Amino acid sequence: MSKIHVTTTVNGDTVEFLAESRDTLLDALRDQLGLTGTKEGCGTGDCGACSVLLDGVLVCSCLVLAAEVQDKQVETVEGLATGAELHPLQRKFIEHAALQCGFCTPGILVAAKALLAQNPDPTESEVRFWLAGNLCRCTGYDKIIRAVMDAGAEMRGAN
Amino acid sequence: MSIGKSLAHDSAALHVRGEARYTDDIPLPAGALHLAFGLSTCAHGDITAIDLDAVRAAPGVIGVYAQADWPEMPDCSPSAHDEPLLAVDQVHYLGQPVFLVAATSHLAARKAARLGRITYAERPALLTVDQALAANSRFEQGPVIWAKGDASTAIANAPFQLDGSFEVGGQEHFYLEGQVAAALPLEGGDMHVYSSTQHPTEIQHKVAHALHVPMHAVRVEVRRMGGGFGGKESQGNALAIACALVARATGRACKMRYDRDDDMMITGKRHDLKIRYRVGHDAEGRILGLEFTHLVRCGWAQDLSLPVADRAMLHSDNCYHLPHIRIESHRLKTNTQSATAYRGFGGPQGMIGIERVMDHVAHATARPQLEVRRVNFYASMDQAGAPQQSTPFHMPVEDFIGHELVAALETSADYRARRAEIAAWNATSPILKRGIALTPVKFGISFTLTFLNQAGALVHVYQDGSIHLNHGGTEMGQGLNQKVAQVAASVFGVPMEVVKITPTDTGKVPNTSATAASSGSDLNGMAVQAACETIRARMADFVAQKFSVDAKSVRFAGGQVKVAGEAFAFAQVAAWVYQGRVSLSSTGFYATPKITWDRVKGSGRPFLYFAYGAAVTEVVIDTLTGENRILRADLLHDTGTSLNPSLDIGQVEGAYVQGAGWLTTEELVWDEKGDLRTHAPSTYKIPSCSDRPRVFNVALWDKPNREATVGKSKAVGEPPFMLGISAFFALSDAVAACGDGSVYPALDAPATPERVLMAVQRQHDV
Repeated sequence: MSKIHVTTTVNGDTVEFLAESRDTLLDALRDQLGLTGTKEGCGTGDCGACSVLLDGVLVCSCLVLAAEVQDKQVETVEGLATGAELHPLQRKFIEHAALQCGFCTPGILVAAKALLAQNPDPTESEVRFWLAGNLCRCTGYDKIIRAVMDAGAEMRGAN
Repeated sequence: MSIGKSLAHDSAALHVRGEARYTDDIPLPAGALHLAFGLSTCAHGDITAIDLDAVRAAPGVIGVYAQADWPEMPDCSPSAHDEPLLAVDQVHYLGQPVFLVAATSHLAARKAARLGRITYAERPALLTVDQALAANSRFEQGPVIWAKGDASTAIANAPFQLDGSFEVGGQEHFYLEGQVAAALPLEGGDMHVYSSTQHPTEIQHKVAHALHVPMHAVRVEVRRMGGGFGGKESQGNALAIACALVARATGRACKMRYDRDDDMMITGKRHDLKIRYRVGHDAEGRILGLEFTHLVRCGWAQDLSLPVADRAMLHSDNCYHLPHIRIESHRLKTNTQSATAYRGFGGPQGMIGIERVMDHVAHATARPQLEVRRVNFYASMDQAGAPQQSTPFHMPVEDFIGHELVAALETSADYRARRAEIAAWNATSPILKRGIALTPVKFGISFTLTFLNQAGALVHVYQDGSIHLNHGGTEMGQGLNQKVAQVAASVFGVPMEVVKITPTDTGKVPNTSATAASSGSDLNGMAVQAACETIRARMADFVAQKFSVDAKSVRFAGGQVKVAGEAFAFAQVAAWVYQGRVSLSSTGFYATPKITWDRVKGSGRPFLYFAYGAAVTEVVIDTLTGENRILRADLLHDTGTSLNPSLDIGQVEGAYVQGAGWLTTEELVWDEKGDLRTHAPSTYKIPSCSDRPRVFNVALWDKPNREATVGKSKAVGEPPFMLGISAFFALSDAVAACGDGSVYPALDAPATPERVLMAVQRQHDV
């Protein structure tokens, strides 16, 4: 079976790769592009560990075919920081101890970024229900919610 | 001093950038193979034919292995050598690995693994504890029975008797990172294994056994796991062994990771139990005599079931003095996944048994639940600090703080006033009903297999003053490495960044115990402290001699070494000591003192100490649907003098939510064929962000451990899991509010909306 040539933009960089027709975007990110920050938790779109932004829309990269991202903008956890400078969400997750094993953290950060982009001043309920698709087995979520609320406040202050 | 500071998890900066490497993220050499198991579709039967031609012909397949390929089938069991890597002649559960595929990609291996054609002559499958009990299918000869006093007579002579039984469901670990291992063949037949495991030494042992090489030929490395919760104590053995065998056969690096559905079908879960009880009590709810029967569903292989079932028995008292008690535990063998370690290791199951008895007795006596619990509490130490009472296994309770801790929580959570307010509110609310419960926790700390209570460490100080830290514990998110690094930095009086945390490695620290039983910081912290103190003493001796002072006057603090009125940089002193030809490297070792345990008699001191806690949970139920929410949770948990309050609070919060999930939403369903129908997050519901309690107040009971533990801290991994029991009894309370007080709610666990609805119906049927 011939492979499909895909050109796309990941975290602002133009990249090219060859994909099998059945490869998912998650496979391409991890195996072809070496971006292993995006994790596979279930492979069925239920846990959110593989969350990325596709043209600004939050998606599970395990449910997107690699061939679908031709000419699109993909954003992963690796694109959150600007060089040495962490995104406010990243800083607040460290400050609030909003992670333990860390496996769900990349997906949650990306999902939270999507939330704050469309709703810069979410209520606690809005945060809780927005992140309900991102499972975390370690933290009990309390610190995650606090970190997202705090990052939102800081980002509003900066604007 | 870095001990006691709320420092972030050591890998936090890597985690938020997606740069923390898990086993599946480690780059492997070109040509690495990917493995997948073909699974049994039959719960119990004889294998009559194995046709793997289609598997071999599938794209990308390099090798296919079944029982004929390995006449001496390697064993994966941590205990009884009863878990062949691949089924031999028979299958014992639906999901058991029957053959192994090696292919050029993960997907190719998985797709090929679906093409095997196995035929079976089916045998009757034992799926429930009742079936297994009837068939006398069990581990050990008969039930284990421990007794203290004369329960039968005490029950008969008591003013009141009651009995009951209920089901306590199992629990899938749902570590976000599934099981994964990789093996790299080295020269001379040696093997380097990366594994997501809580027990590197066990992986080393089992891989060496499978390869027929000494343990020195196998090196196992673990940097971190994406969650463990006990599910990676023994369940990673099969993947590591498979990788090592195929790596040896092909000379290529091999990796295996279970897809989530395979992970849930293959691996063991928390043991589910049926608990029966018979109680004699007085009018105040005081338990005068008690008999428990535990029917423990162990699954097809022994694994860790015996110590798990023991620990359930060891926690059948929780915080309550039970002078006349008999506990009978049946370890039943069934045709299901082999139940395994899970946070609490049987303790939660034992504890919910006695909490159920308290709830039931309170209902029967129409006394407030908290008062019934209180009249049964162990006595505090006497004025001389001596214990006044002992556990059902004859261990004096030397450190009981339940009275003070529960009183503090009762006040901080405003329990009494809220209880009254809820009763008044319920009287005006026909559809929604609220409930509240306060339950305590007393959890024993130490491995009950006494020899496991040991740990080693290896510490190097380099000539530039930087410190390399290694110990036998593994990092699964709990922050063990950071806590242990805080201990090392404190001993040397240096800033944290001087200390390098390194992957757990069987080549550095040998013969380690699993990072389990909440023991990680207790054991490894002490071993690291010992190693650091050895090196510090050598450094102090050296500079004392150099400056002609007493070594006792040398101080290590603030990144400096203070001697003879002068202060030198720690790095300067390290360089002097190196140039002075004195070793700057040391091992450290720790063996827990005081513990003795006679498992056969059920008597001794299996635990160095107990960790305590208590929780108040308030819930609301919808009586038309059974749906429910946790409105508020107040937790107060005993960590001794916390090594790191931020990490400890994280453990307490996460454990509570996981414990509440076990008893509310997490339901495992096997069909009549023994097929687990809940094998993905789409059907198995762990708590999500929207389930978090609406109000969540968490505090630490920060008083020093009376035992000489590292920094006077207490273990924290498992004990707060059982704070989640309060959510279950809050639901029971809400259900009781639907009736007239004549019918006990008698919820089974998990109390799913369906079960809550049925329990409400029983109240309405009166």
